Amino acid sequence: MLEWISANQQIIYIVILMIFVGIEVIGRVPSVLHTPLMSGANAIHGVVIIGAIIVMGKAESDNILALVLGFLAVIVGTLNVVGGFVVTDRMLEMFKKKKKN
Amino acid sequence: MSLLTLCYIIASVTFIIGLKMLSNPATARNGNLIAAAGMTMAIFGTIFLYSYYEEGVDKPLGNYVWIFGGIIVGSIIGTLAAKRVKMTAMPQMVSMFNGMGGACAALISMVEYDHIIHHTNGEGQTGLLIVILLGLIIGSVSFAGSMIAWGKLDGKIKDFAFPGQHIVNILILLAIVGLSVYLAVNFSPDQSYIFYTILALSLIYGLFFVFPIGGADMPVVISLLNSFTGVAAACGGFLYDNKVMLTGGILVGAAGTLLTVLMCRAMNRSLTNVLIGSFGGGKKGVAGSGSKDQGAVKEITLSDAAVVMSYANKVMIVPGYGLAVAQAQHACHELEKLLDSKGVEVKYAIHPVAGRMPGHMNVLLAEADVPYEKLLEMEQANEEFPTTDVVLILGANDVVNPAAKSDPASPIYGMPILDVEQAKTVIVNKRSMKPGYAGIENDLFFRPKTSMLFGDAKKVLQDLATEIKSI
Repeated sequence: MLEWISANQQIIYIVILMIFVGIEVIGRVPSVLHTPLMSGANAIHGVVIIGAIIVMGKAESDNILALVLGFLAVIVGTLNVVGGFVVTDRMLEMFKKKKKN
Repeated sequence: MSLLTLCYIIASVTFIIGLKMLSNPATARNGNLIAAAGMTMAIFGTIFLYSYYEEGVDKPLGNYVWIFGGIIVGSIIGTLAAKRVKMTAMPQMVSMFNGMGGACAALISMVEYDHIIHHTNGEGQTGLLIVILLGLIIGSVSFAGSMIAWGKLDGKIKDFAFPGQHIVNILILLAIVGLSVYLAVNFSPDQSYIFYTILALSLIYGLFFVFPIGGADMPVVISLLNSFTGVAAACGGFLYDNKVMLTGGILVGAAGTLLTVLMCRAMNRSLTNVLIGSFGGGKKGVAGSGSKDQGAVKEITLSDAAVVMSYANKVMIVPGYGLAVAQAQHACHELEKLLDSKGVEVKYAIHPVAGRMPGHMNVLLAEADVPYEKLLEMEQANEEFPTTDVVLILGANDVVNPAAKSDPASPIYGMPILDVEQAKTVIVNKRSMKPGYAGIENDLFFRPKTSMLFGDAKKVLQDLATEIKSI
């Protein structure tokens, strides 16, 4: 256990710090922004697409299972990222209009 | 590789700054764009700069046709879906995209497991296996759960629960944990069936987890599943020792969890209460009690309503999901301007969870150019109701249900509501007497102050405007 911790200490530090950062940055969000914020966070966890790209890029050309699953992963990952950011932008577009008045 | 590291560091920073800016109305839109820019950089950096160590050499990624094919297909579908979706359907769209992220994490785990089977005998892979299994389980639960949440908000799936479902859920969860521990400790390449059993159980768990939760609580559930997907993405970060996946994933996991709690707090309920609370199971029994002997509701004609409103000093409009469904926000703004020109003070009372998502009504009314200062938050609105002559409720139901204050047996008991009964007159526009999304009757409709104006919100508002003009 202790060995595992010291072998992975960088990662463990990142996890701990990011938990606090994540809680801290949105701590004072007004309830009006709950939905767009959730949607924006949704787009950010689309960073999982990077794993999909790595899987896809490493797949041997004779491994059909890896190719097909990897391809699917890239598609759904992109959906998450692109769809997530576009929907969030559409939601926020309306907030912006409001400010001009 | 070092250039890629720089890309990842910058991307991580944009995620943090993006989230920070997203929690302030003035900067939210730019925050979203900044995070998107960081994401784009991380994605293209990975495609062109990533290399991995195998058989003694550093290799760049291959299969560019597949990678770009997938990205192009995903971008086209994603953009079209996100651009075409109606305002009212945005919440379920978010849920759908969230499910896609979960599916992505689960697929990555499946490929990596396949890789381990074919390239190792499992020696010293326990840590890797645990991360793969975590990504698979959390990703699948998030995917299956999000699909149910999407179906529920879209009205395709009804609440569903069977006796002892919580027990079954706990048993499934125990089975998942037990099998995972067994597989991680006693790995051998011929045990794929255990891996796929875990996958199947996780999907079933995701379904059963969301099925019994009432539709009105879906925003909370989506937010929770959102943070699940964040953790699943972070598992990918562990797997590839990829710091940007780790940062982004954990950031969303933590922020999503807090957001879930904040949303619950806006409804004055605890997360436990939402997840295993009374909305699912005991709902029907509660709905029946005390609502049958209320007598008949009182209807008001359009012209009467028009007269009452044009001679009022102050009118408060309470928008709800019915307004969103009828796309009546523009008609509503027209009526408001008309009344305003007749010297009637018109304001909107916005309940934090009116509609299907917190902030739903603000976005909708902003689309119709309703000035920001006319939108009152719940506390302000409740202060102004005693001096209000007419409250016009447009397709809102649960957020004005007095049972939340008076009936401890009600599933929404304890939720703060808009205290519309403080006003002199209440006019309720609804399509029918059907109960609201929480599935409970509303005593407000039977109160002496209340009169009903049945019909589609948009048509009723337009007709009201015509009537008021002719006065």
